[in-house]
Amino acid sequence: MAGRWAGWLFVLPALAVYGVFVLRPLALTAQYSLYRWDGVGPSTWVGWDNYAAVFTDPDLVAPLAHALLLVVAFAAGPVLLGLALAAAVRPGPSLVLLLPQAVPPIAAGLAWSVLLSSTGAVNRSLEAVGLHGVARTWLGDSSTALAAVGVIGAWALLGTCALLLSAGVRRLDPALYEAARLDGAGRWREFRAVTLPGVRREVGVCVVITSVAALSSFDVVYVTTLGGPGGATSVPALEVFHLAFTERQVGLASALAVVLVVLVLAVVAPVLRWSR
Amino acid sequence: MRAGLLVRVGLAVVTVLPLAELFVTALHPPGTYPPGLTWPDDPHWSNFALAFRTALVDRALLSGLVVVLAVVPAVLVLSTAAGYGLARLPFPGSRAVLGLFVVGLVLPREAIVVPLYQLVRDLGLLDTTAGLVLPLVAVHLPFGVVWMRTHFASADAEPAECARVDGAGPWAVFRHVHLPLAGDALRSSALLLSVWTWNHLLFALVLVDDPLRRTAAGALGAFQGRWGTDVPLLCAGALLITAPVVVPLVLLRRRFADALVEWASVR
Repeated sequence: MAGRWAGWLFVLPALAVYGVFVLRPLALTAQYSLYRWDGVGPSTWVGWDNYAAVFTDPDLVAPLAHALLLVVAFAAGPVLLGLALAAAVRPGPSLVLLLPQAVPPIAAGLAWSVLLSSTGAVNRSLEAVGLHGVARTWLGDSSTALAAVGVIGAWALLGTCALLLSAGVRRLDPALYEAARLDGAGRWREFRAVTLPGVRREVGVCVVITSVAALSSFDVVYVTTLGGPGGATSVPALEVFHLAFTERQVGLASALAVVLVVLVLAVVAPVLRWSR
Repeated sequence: MRAGLLVRVGLAVVTVLPLAELFVTALHPPGTYPPGLTWPDDPHWSNFALAFRTALVDRALLSGLVVVLAVVPAVLVLSTAAGYGLARLPFPGSRAVLGLFVVGLVLPREAIVVPLYQLVRDLGLLDTTAGLVLPLVAVHLPFGVVWMRTHFASADAEPAECARVDGAGPWAVFRHVHLPLAGDALRSSALLLSVWTWNHLLFALVLVDDPLRRTAAGALGAFQGRWGTDVPLLCAGALLITAPVVVPLVLLRRRFADALVEWASVR
């Protein structure tokens, strides 16, 4: 009876739930992005106007720029440090580093805002070594707030990247290292010629995970700065939430959300292709 | 190697530092704005009890637990069946269906949150556990389905062949041959899903007004607005909602680490 369609019956329940609660809302977001709408009353067709606003309104361009900077911050630290750790420490990084993966981001954000506050441990250590001039409210100063958010993201993702990269290194054939050493390679050459190409796939996965985390970094920003001070840490995820549920500009929020999706795919697709 | 050890210890310290800060701050007198990383003269252990009582952290924990206990089994059941169908019973269009789920792996939650709010409202489920559980199940399905598909795709084909020769249909083969062998994949998946659900914030904020019916993280998000000035109490509350995920994970850290590596290789 079932024959070639039996698989459908297994897939159908999951696909139905996914379709109703993810795929259809995604299509609706795309549709809303072409209208001006407060979410309740009548809507007006505005075509690409919302998209034009996303790319010209400074209040909406800034979050996109911040998101791209956070991609660099969230990815670079964990990937570079993780690679160094994986290459240097054979048995693998300590599992303490995984702790941030389990801590609720909202609790982590709170902990960091205390740590980085004017009387927090970071400033006290700076003062202890005589750097009074450097001390500041890191998350409250518009020149350092975004960097501080970047540090929090890097903190959260380092363990995962270190773990993945060291798993990749462990899988490499020891004979490759022996061959490199016989050829007279030093530690750096060995790293360049054997380790790095060997863990290309893992580097790709790390970049994907960290980029997606950076582009949809809602939790950490929500709890530490709410986008402030003065929009210095506004990110698209928070802006979508704010536009849709506070400002009641559903069309604009939707256009920003669509741009966010395109941005994620634009970052992820080439990385995946490169790392295959 | 000495340098490697140094780096390891340094990173471990940096990793634990924020949590240590949370802990020390939680012991200061409530209502004060404590200096960083100092042990208080007279530690207020009572802050934990106070957070439990006055901030109703106990109810937040309970509601977080209810959400996890509803979301995780539902994702496991749906995704085990779907993963099996996609891996073992390919049908016309199954590759496209898999593609839909794979895209869901990187889809930002913010991209669906507005229509989702309207859908849940239209279903009359705003401010209810069900109204939070259904969307959370749906957004975790891509992970679950792709994860279980990978597991079943790499499963040994021989026992299933034998069962089929003996006349077992697709359901019987699934139920009696493949499912009993999927225990490890299911346990790892359950572990990751529990952590993610417990910590989920965005949908909880949007779909549930009453903080005491949210996920644990969502409840804390509301506490922050309410006692933003009482930092020690806030930190005590944060630790109370962190402990139920961190303690089991410290005990299960090997499995958690393996699950994360496997999760990444699935992506």
